[in-house]
Amino acid sequence: MSTETQQLKKKDFVSDQDVRWCPGCGDYAILASVQKIMPVLGNTQEGTVFVSGIGCSSRFPYYMNTYGFHTIHGRAPAFATAIKATNPKLDVWLATGDGDSLSIGGNHFIHLLRRNPNINVILFNNRIYGLTKGQYSPTSEKGKITKSTPFGSIEEPFNPSDVALSAKATFVARGIDRDTKHLGELMEVAAKHKGTSFVEVYQNCNIFNDGAFLQYTDKVSKLENCLYLEHDKPMVFGKDDNKGIKLDGLKPVVVSLEDGKHSIEDLLVHDQYAEDVTLAHILSSLSQKPDFPTPIGVLRSIEKPCYEDELVKQIDYAKEQKGEGDLEALLNQGDTWIVED
Amino acid sequence: MAQKVVETLKDVTVIFAGDSGDGMQLVGNELANTSAIVGNDIGTLPDFPAEIRAPQGTLAGVSGYQLKFGNYDLRTPGDIGDTLIAMNPAALKVNLPKLKPNGVLIVDTANFEKKNLALAKYESNPLEDYTLDKYQVFPVNITNLTREALKETGLDTRGIDRCKNFFALGMVFWLYNRPLDFTINIIKKKFAKKEKVAEANILALRGGYAYCEATEAFAISYEVKPAKLAPGKYRSIMGNTALALGLVAATSKAKKQMFYGGYPITPASDILHELAKHKNFGIKTFQAEDEIAGVCSAIGASYAGAIGVTATSGPGLALKTEAIGLAIATELPLVIIDVQRAGPSTGMPTKTEQSDLFQAVYGRNGDAPIPVMAAATPSDCFEMAYEATRIAIKYMTPVILLTDNYVANGAEPWKIPNIDTLKPIEYDHTADPDNFHPYTRNPETLARKWIIPGTKGLQYRIGGIERQNVTGNISYDPDNHQTMNDLRFEKVDRIANEYPATKVVGDEKGDLLVISWGGTYGATATAVERAREEGYSVSHAHLRYVYPLPNDLGGIIKNFKKVLIPELNNGQLVHLIRDKYVVDAICYSKVKGQPFVVGEIQAKIAEVIGK
Ligand code: SF4
Repeated sequence: MSTETQQLKKKDFVSDQDVRWCPGCGDYAILASVQKIMPVLGNTQEGTVFVSGIGCSSRFPYYMNTYGFHTIHGRAPAFATAIKATNPKLDVWLATGDGDSLSIGGNHFIHLLRRNPNINVILFNNRIYGLTKGQYSPTSEKGKITKSTPFGSIEEPFNPSDVALSAKATFVARGIDRDTKHLGELMEVAAKHKGTSFVEVYQNCNIFNDGAFLQYTDKVSKLENCLYLEHDKPMVFGKDDNKGIKLDGLKPVVVSLEDGKHSIEDLLVHDQYAEDVTLAHILSSLSQKPDFPTPIGVLRSIEKPCYEDELVKQIDYAKEQKGEGDLEALLNQGDTWIVED
Repeated sequence: MAQKVVETLKDVTVIFAGDSGDGMQLVGNELANTSAIVGNDIGTLPDFPAEIRAPQGTLAGVSGYQLKFGNYDLRTPGDIGDTLIAMNPAALKVNLPKLKPNGVLIVDTANFEKKNLALAKYESNPLEDYTLDKYQVFPVNITNLTREALKETGLDTRGIDRCKNFFALGMVFWLYNRPLDFTINIIKKKFAKKEKVAEANILALRGGYAYCEATEAFAISYEVKPAKLAPGKYRSIMGNTALALGLVAATSKAKKQMFYGGYPITPASDILHELAKHKNFGIKTFQAEDEIAGVCSAIGASYAGAIGVTATSGPGLALKTEAIGLAIATELPLVIIDVQRAGPSTGMPTKTEQSDLFQAVYGRNGDAPIPVMAAATPSDCFEMAYEATRIAIKYMTPVILLTDNYVANGAEPWKIPNIDTLKPIEYDHTADPDNFHPYTRNPETLARKWIIPGTKGLQYRIGGIERQNVTGNISYDPDNHQTMNDLRFEKVDRIANEYPATKVVGDEKGDLLVISWGGTYGATATAVERAREEGYSVSHAHLRYVYPLPNDLGGIIKNFKKVLIPELNNGQLVHLIRDKYVVDAICYSKVKGQPFVVGEIQAKIAEVIGK
């Protein structure tokens, strides 16, 4: 049919459901950027599945005019892995939050990354529990005052990219809801990665944790606080690119490019394809170090076999070795005997 | 040599008992296989500790295998042993109560020394005091005889001692006139890569047989003639294997992919092991990171169009609870198998119980109806697994299939079904895009359509938030919630319309109806049969479909003065029956990690009717 080749547009991926996030929520920007890249990626509505757990971000599938499954808290990785394994042709996306993936679903999250099915994960990190009305989350900063921590949180927060890298993720990146242009580009790269792509998005919850990421979005302060990563480029940041990251042994340090002591040649050069994970870990650690900028962009992108491909390979191998399953033969195998009439 | 004296028996129960490392399960299984192949009916009861190698010589470390073979339809592994083989004092102590007076008792005398007697908490040597007076005791130094027979094999003493189980089996084969060749073939296959070990085991088996022949240790030997089973082709099968084959059969008949997501747990893991072998049937097995991921992956697969299956035991079912609720809400097909074991909590993982019935029927948040079925015997697991899959797909619902450790690990002859007679498994993944809603229902079954991702023009979103009937959109409308709740119950209730009629064995009216479900079938059926022979007015109805209860059961119950329900729990079906039929059903509960023996139920029948 000729209509099938019709070029789809962003609006074709917008479902007929009313979006029910709070006005001003960072989720809107993320939704819009995902809807926008669908046609760019050549996706079809029927060939795309959005899976989610529970939380504000997990309402995502309802707003996409694709197949969608809003599952249970923290478990979306297991659903998504199986959907991909059942039908590897589907383009599977997973929308999740900091509580969903790093608290209740921590186990599933790490095992998803370890298995590496070709799935795109977007983790909306707002560092708070929104849907349950404002308790601290596993990414909330220590000392955070919330309804459940009136005297401040006494727990060390997770840095999602640390967890992802330790779980052997093949693609780890970070974006920001307000920087929609960069976010769109990032989503596209992530989607094209073969294997599980993990994108953490700093997402403002303007109701319960407003301004949590202001330092990365404010016009002036973001220059000091964001390190935009580009493959094969030296790591510079600051107003007029006046600073950089240099390695002192294994220790990253911030150096000035203005004091005459360091030049751009001294700086660390980003290699997102490095097989060795050390550089990515060093970069990931920066966001929790005071006086360092937070890396934004792709921290790591390597190729490894995908779970579903390996699974299908084994099935093909079994069929090659034993032939297509023959039920009659299977039921009759082993020692049998006949009872005569 | 004197002529061998052979006496013919109707049935025989043999118990092998030793340390958990003594290979008792292995030789028990071999006697079962050979007996099945020579045409006897068999019933087996493996009974082993949860520890892989429990401390040697202790009472806790005893591993036993009870087997009955006979010339008629048996149904149980026997109430009491005719012959007991005890490899050490602990094995003797644990199993002696199961040996009938004047029963044959073979003991390996090598282990009846101070240390092992103390471990078994014997104050004096039972071989030398009065403990064994009422039995026919055959003290044989099996350990030494095996060492003697195998000294040329080149194996070290440890290796040789591992073969003494086959020496004991050889003796039993002589005693019951069983052929050796089936076992010899199995040994050759099992140890194909360890020729020396295969040779040694065969030598030990022959050694045990020859020892009896030469020493005329037993005055008489026995034989059991083939059973008159229904004509057909048979093989011996264990419950978990039968269950896995039932799933493969469903996959194959449905011409669908099966996706099995599960986490290892005793006693269900063998289902995963068996399915993992059959990848050439397009079966995808996924060893998940935990029980929750196991069921969630199965639901995800089912959403994507595969037959989603998960198997577990009680503690695992508890973990899967929330996800099962999602499958109910999203109305997706899913097969959940619970191989029950003794609980609560970790309980006794290798012991049997039927105590997850409440969990299966009621154990979820919200009103969450789910069909619950139960397999009656090892071979019935095949049929019930197939049936659970068929119902799940036809009604777009999760189904819980309950088996138990006794059924899962027991073996019996299985008449191999003709695959053409299996009911068709039907589904339809298509719909008219102009007129499609995810919750439009089949007027007869109330099932929604199984539309799968990848289907053009039908993309839809579902989830655990209450859905508007028909459209499937999120809805908090009060009346809609009532409607959807009612529909969920009504749909499951309608499944009962296609159950086969409940069979009443015995008269249709009488003093007592005994109702059993699941693995208590064999003991109950035999107990009722014997009580009837003794003149009691008692009948038997067995349930394989437990929720919803069969439509005809209420009418059947009305014809009896009393109802008795034997269960391996504190009385769970009895609650369901009382609740539904407002009848004062009597509970006969046993919670010892062991199945009922026939005599227990028979005595209870007499007691209840006598009152
Ligand atoms: S509570 Fe916060 S995260 Fe949730 S929708 Fe509202 S603004 Fe967004």
